[in-house]
Amino acid sequence: MNNPQLTKDGKLKHLLSIEGLPKTILNQILDTAESFAGVSEREVKKVPLLRGKTVCNIFFENSTRTRTTFEIAAKRLSADVVSLNVGTSSQAKGETILDTVDNLIAMHADMFVVRHAQSGAAHFIARHVPSHIHVINAGDGRHSHPTQGLLDVFTIRRHKREFHNLRVAIVGDVLHSRVARSEIHALTTLGVPEVRVIAPKTLLPADVERLGVQVFHDMRAGLKDVDVVMMLRLQNERMSGALLPSAQEYFKCYGLTQEKLALAKSDAIVMHPGPMNRGVEIDSSVADGSQSVILPQVTYGIAVRMAVMSILAGNPE
Amino acid sequence: MSKLPDAELLVETLAEQIRPLLERNVALVGIHSGGAWLAQRLQQQLGDDIPLGSLDISFYRDDFSRIGLHSQVKPSSINFEVEGCHIILVDDVLYTGRTIRGAMNELFDYGRPASVTLAVLVDRGGREIPVEAQVVGAKVQLKPGENLELTRDQAGKFHFILHEAA
Repeated sequence: MNNPQLTKDGKLKHLLSIEGLPKTILNQILDTAESFAGVSEREVKKVPLLRGKTVCNIFFENSTRTRTTFEIAAKRLSADVVSLNVGTSSQAKGETILDTVDNLIAMHADMFVVRHAQSGAAHFIARHVPSHIHVINAGDGRHSHPTQGLLDVFTIRRHKREFHNLRVAIVGDVLHSRVARSEIHALTTLGVPEVRVIAPKTLLPADVERLGVQVFHDMRAGLKDVDVVMMLRLQNERMSGALLPSAQEYFKCYGLTQEKLALAKSDAIVMHPGPMNRGVEIDSSVADGSQSVILPQVTYGIAVRMAVMSILAGNPE
Repeated sequence: MSKLPDAELLVETLAEQIRPLLERNVALVGIHSGGAWLAQRLQQQLGDDIPLGSLDISFYRDDFSRIGLHSQVKPSSINFEVEGCHIILVDDVLYTGRTIRGAMNELFDYGRPASVTLAVLVDRGGREIPVEAQVVGAKVQLKPGENLELTRDQAGKFHFILHEAA
């Protein structure tokens, strides 16, 4: 089967989604990220790997954290970085995605980091670019956000070491979440035996069990004895539809409080991809509490993105 | 080559040459993987209080754009202050000198050492850049297709094995 992310000899060429990537490649990324984590703690937080390469961040949809961490990651690899907020540039004047990309290729870009509100946008660009150019999906619609999934499993590995004995709960708006999809694929590929999703019926995809997860509608039952609690962001716009009664109601049923967290294992870690809605999906005392690894996630995100970029850049077709 | 050098014997030679260099602020830094084993052994022989570090130079290789990233990069570990330290950089086989260049570039990203001394178990010639070792266990002559590799057995003993390019 032809996987558009891989070269003919099975090396990672683009990172478009975690689905379909073998465990060996996920482990290679995590191991490499481990080495990059040390680089960010040194006197000179930079290595010369991507010297002379140009990385273009094309964000058709807003994001502060993801764009900034990709930018810092590329700079710590010594690449030149250009970040475009396309929403405010030529796209607004009517230019197509591929014209934007072609113009950047004409400026000798070597790598694209793409975020787009449409699922499949990064695949579309990857199919279009010449073979020496690499594409990283930084979030496409509801489909996938692979570097977020990778930094989440990297965070888990750093705190729990092994995957094969873990019970992990993902809580919240799975239906609209590309993060959840990437997390589920990463966790199951790496051999986590029990992945639970906890959400109201209205925020779960119809066929979610097919992803290999156990479904819970009752948060207290779902959190029982888990090692890792991964919260999802509840997007405010979901409130306006018919999916949920109110933010207060949601917090009561699915918000993570100290009292609900106490049902998980005593050494359970709490994660959130950001940006957080305090008092909607997570209580401040948990977000800032001793079990929270939400800020370390951000730090690890840089090492993981450095690993992905350097592995891709080293695998020409 | 006719007879492989005795790695264990050479470690003794190396340790004796390094002993006089042990001033106050000295640290041993081995280059992954053979050099890291050696530096560890030298620390055991010369004094447990000598700071020990290791470098994996995968992020500093000059052939990255040709061969890509090594699939098993190990974290570099320098848990002491490099600034002002007299570093003894340790590797198993000195050949083209490119690895040493990479290692020094990485080392200087941790700080500015007071000095760097290069110690190698064997020098096999064939330099492509002007790098020389101050401390050498032995010089050996190898044919162009031949490569020496340091191995460590289960008992922790070092041996050289010879690879010949097909």
